[in-house]
Amino acid sequence: MITIQGKGVSTGVAAGPLYFYQRAKGTFTRRQVEDREAEFARFKEAQTKAIEQLGELAEKARAEAGDEAAMLFETHQMMCEDLDYEEAIEGFIKEQGLNAEAAVTDAGAIQAEAFAAMDDEYFKARAADVKDISTRIVGILMGVVQGGIDSEVPVILASDDLAPSETVQLDKSKILGFVTSGGSGSSHTAILARTMGIPAIIGVGEQLKPEYQGREVIVDGGTGSVVLDADEETRARLMKKRAEILKRQELLNQLKGQPNVSKDGQEIRVYCNIGNPEDVHAVLENDGGGIGLFRSEFLYLNCDDYPTEDYQFEAYKRVLSDMGGKEVVIRTLDIGADKMIGYFNLPQEENPALGNRALRICLNRPEIFKTQLRALYRASAYGRLSIMFPMVTSVWEVREAKKMCELVKKELTAEGIPFSDEVDLGIMIETPAAAVISDRLAKEVDFFSIGTNDLTQYTLACDRQNNDLGRFFNAHHPAVLRLIKMACDNAHKEGIWCGICGELGADLELTELFLSIGLDELSVSPRSVLPLRQKVRETQVRVVREKLLGDLLSDKNEL
Amino acid sequence: MTTFNYTITDPVGIHARPAGLLVKEIKSFAGSAVTITKGEKSVNALKLMALMQMGIKQGDTVTVSVDGGDEAAVAAALENFFKANL
Repeated sequence: MITIQGKGVSTGVAAGPLYFYQRAKGTFTRRQVEDREAEFARFKEAQTKAIEQLGELAEKARAEAGDEAAMLFETHQMMCEDLDYEEAIEGFIKEQGLNAEAAVTDAGAIQAEAFAAMDDEYFKARAADVKDISTRIVGILMGVVQGGIDSEVPVILASDDLAPSETVQLDKSKILGFVTSGGSGSSHTAILARTMGIPAIIGVGEQLKPEYQGREVIVDGGTGSVVLDADEETRARLMKKRAEILKRQELLNQLKGQPNVSKDGQEIRVYCNIGNPEDVHAVLENDGGGIGLFRSEFLYLNCDDYPTEDYQFEAYKRVLSDMGGKEVVIRTLDIGADKMIGYFNLPQEENPALGNRALRICLNRPEIFKTQLRALYRASAYGRLSIMFPMVTSVWEVREAKKMCELVKKELTAEGIPFSDEVDLGIMIETPAAAVISDRLAKEVDFFSIGTNDLTQYTLACDRQNNDLGRFFNAHHPAVLRLIKMACDNAHKEGIWCGICGELGADLELTELFLSIGLDELSVSPRSVLPLRQKVRETQVRVVREKLLGDLLSDKNEL
Repeated sequence: MTTFNYTITDPVGIHARPAGLLVKEIKSFAGSAVTITKGEKSVNALKLMALMQMGIKQGDTVTVSVDGGDEAAVAAALENFFKANL
């Protein structure tokens, strides 16, 4: 058994023989032609053929993956006819006497370089599109037949990376999953795999050896592992996982697009918690209504020094654009306690959980805070951003944070940098202090989001990392639940919304209680969205409300 | 020559999809040349790749000039196109 590790970019488990994509490898010779007019006519003929093929691909893509996918090929059609591109080809053939294959390749390279030199990630990636159309035209000139998969049975398709046209030409009924040695999470292979709902693993590098052709493999897009010749135990484990995923898929299909409304009509927003920009795929895949908690720590953890404003801006912008106008709540830096970063040079503390962490670091080191807020406000022009401050205990902290936001906005205005005027500001309710003075905090902000992990730890004076304290750490403790209700009631008195972004939000045993309390939003891991939706849709709030709230306030509870 | 200014609101700017649609749109107006100017750079709007390579982003203001043909009608149609797609 051999296990190869890559990066999973489309979830699912599949088993089958590994098959290397057979790319027509013919190379052309660069040469001078005698009859330049005839050579140019040969190019025009290939160009027409390419446009025809792309038209067919567009229709195929439309049928399989919708209008957006078809648009890619329609754009490629237009690129084939691009005036500058064609002019360059004409010049190479008619003035320099180059053969059409070389002329097309050179003209494509010029355009691809121009795109690759642009500073925007989106436009940079268009270089691949230009290369793709050039390869197509050259292929037609050389009489290459459009490739497929020459196999009787469905396969796990292996390759370096697939071009967009290659992915669409594939016979989908023959593919169980993808493994590529190169590629990125936003490559066409990854996008196609997610659209098809089959696993894809990229970036396995040289571990993917041609001699593996035909060997049995199991791929797991969730963990990014590719197992060759799995032993009995591994096979059984992965096949079980596969069955579970298929069951989930069925649930997803039934619940996707449905509202999170109880049987008696009470609605609750179900958002997602994410830790880095790639997680947005999972949010959309699971039909999350927005992002209720985007932990910004990854930006700091991924760097050897303080991340720059531009670096942060690109990451926030990407998430906001990818979410296409749905609300995204980004939490400002929350390090300290169990998350330490070397270059912050924070001294060791006796009681890190009670120490210099989160908003406290930001208020103590305003230059770090300001850089992050500038990046956030700049990104706000690309979607619907809300900013959330963690670890609040007092009103003055919130006022100081808001003052910093005002300063940043003033600076950006003076510099003529666009930002949205509609950025909501909110706080985490994760200390007992914040819950107890939530009536006053509610006057300062636009929303509350309750961090139940820390709220439980601080309320019960109980370290959740300590294994000996398991039975003392009880997130269902009435003290915690009463604080949640208190914060929610106080939020509503001031007309602001209140949600939960801690793990408790996904706890299906508490969904009825949360609906009874009247929480407006639950933010959970993407895979918890649909089970939670199902639970909400089964609940009759009116029937359970009085009893649950009564129990919460009475002494009936055994605790 | 008839011109109008437009400030891009699309988050990705003039990317492949609207650029492609724009080329299609312009081809339907016989006899009119359309130029898009941002700062000191100008491009014939029929040149798809050159247009994309201008790197026009959200918040950028571009000047669209129509030369020849029924200028007023073409400019009006293009203004509607920009509002709907960019």
